Amino acid sequence: MFENLSERLGGILDRLTKRGALSEADVNEAMREVRRALIEADVALDVVRSFTDKVRSRAVGEQVIRSVTPGQMVVKIVHDQLVEMLGSDARGIDLNATRPVPLMLVGLQGSGKTTTAAKIARRLTDRQKLKVLLASLDTRRPAAQEQLRVLGEQAGIETLPIIPGQLPVEIAGRAMNAGRLGGYDVVILDTAGRTHIDEPLMVEMADIKRTTNPHEILLVADSLTGQDAVNLAKSFNDRVGITGIVLTRVDGDGRGGAALSMRAVTERPIKLIGTGEKLDALEDFDPERIAGRILGMGDIVGLVEKAAANIDAEQAQKAAERMRKGVFTLDDLAEQLGQMQKLGGMSSLMGMIPGIGKAKKQIDAMGIDDSVFKRQVAIISSMTRAERRNPDLLKASRKKRVAAGSGTKVEEVNKLLKMHRQMADMMKAMGKGKGMFGKLGSMMGMGGMGGGLPPGGMPDPAALEKLARGMPGGLPGGLPGGLPGGGLPGLGGMKIPGLPGLPGLPGKKK
Amino acid sequence: MAEKGFFRRVFGGASTPEAEQTEVVETPVPAAVPAVEAPVEKVTWFQKLKRGLSRSSNAISESIVSVFTKRKLDAAALEEFEEVLIKADLGPATAMAITDALRTGRYDREISEEEVKEVLAAEIRKVMDPVAKPLAIDAARKPHVILVVGVNGTGKTTTIGKLTAQLTAEGRKIVLAAGDTFRAAAIEQLKIWGSRSGAEVIAREPGADAAGLAFDALKQAQETGADILLIDTAGRLQNRDELMAELEKILRVIRKVDPSAPHTVLLTLDATTGQNALSQVEIFGKRAGVTGLVMTKLDGTARGGILVAISAKYGLPVHYIGVGEGIDDLEPFAADDFARALAGL
Ligand SMILES: Nc1nc2c(ncn2[C@@H]2O[C@H](COP(=O)(O)OP(=O)(O)O)[C@@H](O)[C@H]2O)c(=O)[nH]1
Ligand SMILES: [Mg+2]
Repeated sequence: MFENLSERLGGILDRLTKRGALSEADVNEAMREVRRALIEADVALDVVRSFTDKVRSRAVGEQVIRSVTPGQMVVKIVHDQLVEMLGSDARGIDLNATRPVPLMLVGLQGSGKTTTAAKIARRLTDRQKLKVLLASLDTRRPAAQEQLRVLGEQAGIETLPIIPGQLPVEIAGRAMNAGRLGGYDVVILDTAGRTHIDEPLMVEMADIKRTTNPHEILLVADSLTGQDAVNLAKSFNDRVGITGIVLTRVDGDGRGGAALSMRAVTERPIKLIGTGEKLDALEDFDPERIAGRILGMGDIVGLVEKAAANIDAEQAQKAAERMRKGVFTLDDLAEQLGQMQKLGGMSSLMGMIPGIGKAKKQIDAMGIDDSVFKRQVAIISSMTRAERRNPDLLKASRKKRVAAGSGTKVEEVNKLLKMHRQMADMMKAMGKGKGMFGKLGSMMGMGGMGGGLPPGGMPDPAALEKLARGMPGGLPGGLPGGLPGGGLPGLGGMKIPGLPGLPGLPGKKK
Repeated sequence: MAEKGFFRRVFGGASTPEAEQTEVVETPVPAAVPAVEAPVEKVTWFQKLKRGLSRSSNAISESIVSVFTKRKLDAAALEEFEEVLIKADLGPATAMAITDALRTGRYDREISEEEVKEVLAAEIRKVMDPVAKPLAIDAARKPHVILVVGVNGTGKTTTIGKLTAQLTAEGRKIVLAAGDTFRAAAIEQLKIWGSRSGAEVIAREPGADAAGLAFDALKQAQETGADILLIDTAGRLQNRDELMAELEKILRVIRKVDPSAPHTVLLTLDATTGQNALSQVEIFGKRAGVTGLVMTKLDGTARGGILVAISAKYGLPVHYIGVGEGIDDLEPFAADDFARALAGL
């Protein structure tokens, strides 16, 4: 649905053959596309305007670096400006105050406050070994207090005992008392969701603030929010003076423009992002990552981080070692398939790769879904060790046995064997590549998975190349050579920054 | 006025399958729906809707005033108008389409504020008319099964609670299935809502298999002769493949008991959601066979304009809007009111 910004700008600016400085006319034309891209990403219109103004003044007269196109140049400027506006001042939660430190969460209904409260408690307990008390002040939504109690139980965090009939302000007072008496470091106050035009509830929120004097007041907001983001952020900030923002549902496929809107109108930092329903799915805010997403350039950094965290380093090293020698057995294939599953399956992975729109459609059309991995792994595990080492052993009767053992059909076994053969050939051909990750990466991202899995067998390399070209910036470590737009200096979202050379793998990005 | 079929032209005719361009429901005000005991001020439906949308329409009409008072409809004016629509979350494509309709035959003419509003309302109505359909309950089904799906926090459980009150007031026997076995205290929440209307709630322990629960609930509802079974589900992001597969499993399992079920699949959309709502409709539509929409939280400042884009593209019926957290804060969706309210008329 969304076209990548660099593709769009490419269409306009790359027609310009002349080099040198970006003219005002070029930039104005580009800004029309930038505007549209940002609106599609749900950035609030007023914020879009101030953003494009800033970019315009920055871009006009800028020298186009020799190695890039004017379109790429503008994308880089846009990206840098976006990162700057999203905040390079990203900081965590500040607890530098007298204990117990009150921390208050506010926001609209359904924005994710309660889950976030439990996640923050868990994080402070795990990472900073703090003693945290959770208190729900939500007396409105049925069973809201009970929800926090259960979450506390799951996370091993104390929750304030529920006393039915108490008003939010009373509960807040009681929570702070309990915090003091119980020697807690932090008291997290989870409040009821409220619409910012609901005057009585806004007054109540201000009362809670007055009673507890929170050191941090975090606005919890859905990253899928549309143009209303500016109104809500401004209203909450005006009424209680928020100290930061927590963006939730960042694991969705939204573009997250609300982040820029809220940040711009409140001038408060985005402190944390929620990336899943589990209690550990809370991450530090990284402007590069959100910028890439707003621009539709995929979450490369996120993909790399996730891959780094999940891939068993030792296995990866072994695999890379063998691949360097051009060896690729069915065991290797099974391992790759398993890694794919660990990474959250095809759709999760595809969601993080730039230019997904096109590729995802192609892959959907091929009818691949995650169950394919499972079946393929099942086929391989139904083979004997000898067969896995030497697939040539697999003649008709053996194939029948394998198919029966894995609950598949002989055709599927054949397809898998064919796919493996093609991949093995490719590994050999790539044997002379440069970095380790280049190989492993392309295998995981493309050669092996995206391309290797279609039930109809592997598309020819030319088709793969085409697919890769459809993805500006290329896939992570895409096919060796010829990645259009790749390697643009300083463009975090478009290359693989600081990929921690797979073997050894320990250091995360930055 | 503007030529007809404009949206269909713009959006490639993919919308509204059996576009019965019926004359719009001259809004049978809820006479049919006996008011659920609401001792306090009884606001009319239209007032409520207006209240829900007033912020939006105010903002829009203010902008329109500022854009068009004593003004020529030139390129700059049109662009500003388009921006007004974008701010209501209609999205760039839909906003542009409406602006084009406004331009046609009026370019460079002096245009009054009233005329602009009328054109805007007419264009929105054209898209929304065909989708404004009340939720139809098939009385022949015992029970008529309604599955409620959507992203986390969009208002599924609350909507079920409100709907239960309305349907109960119509004299129907409702059974609720606590299918959100994942979120902490979600079962409790539904039980409280059920008790507000005296509806039976079928639940299992937290963490239980939702499909199994749905299976049991449907059997039980059949046995007890319930008219309607409302099944709550856990919230899920539409890009989470495995969670969408879980929804498919619920559907499969329900069909083992009644091959015609579910008879209705409601998707709740949060009015504050921006362009991602399109993706929610597309994917939930594909995977869960959504038959109708409910837009919640129109009592805030969010305008819900994305519904116009959604309707133009998918043509799915819109049954209700949520305008608050109270039990009677659920109103039938009426295209004319929605259009007029958005246009500031
Ligand atoms: N203001 C307002 N809040 C609503 C509306 N519908 C639901 N909510 C609130 O949104 C939050 C999430 O609703 P819930 O029904 O639990 O969502 P679910 O996770 O989809 O089941 C709760 O705080 C509800 O009270 C509505 O129409 N207006
Ligand atoms: Mg729920």
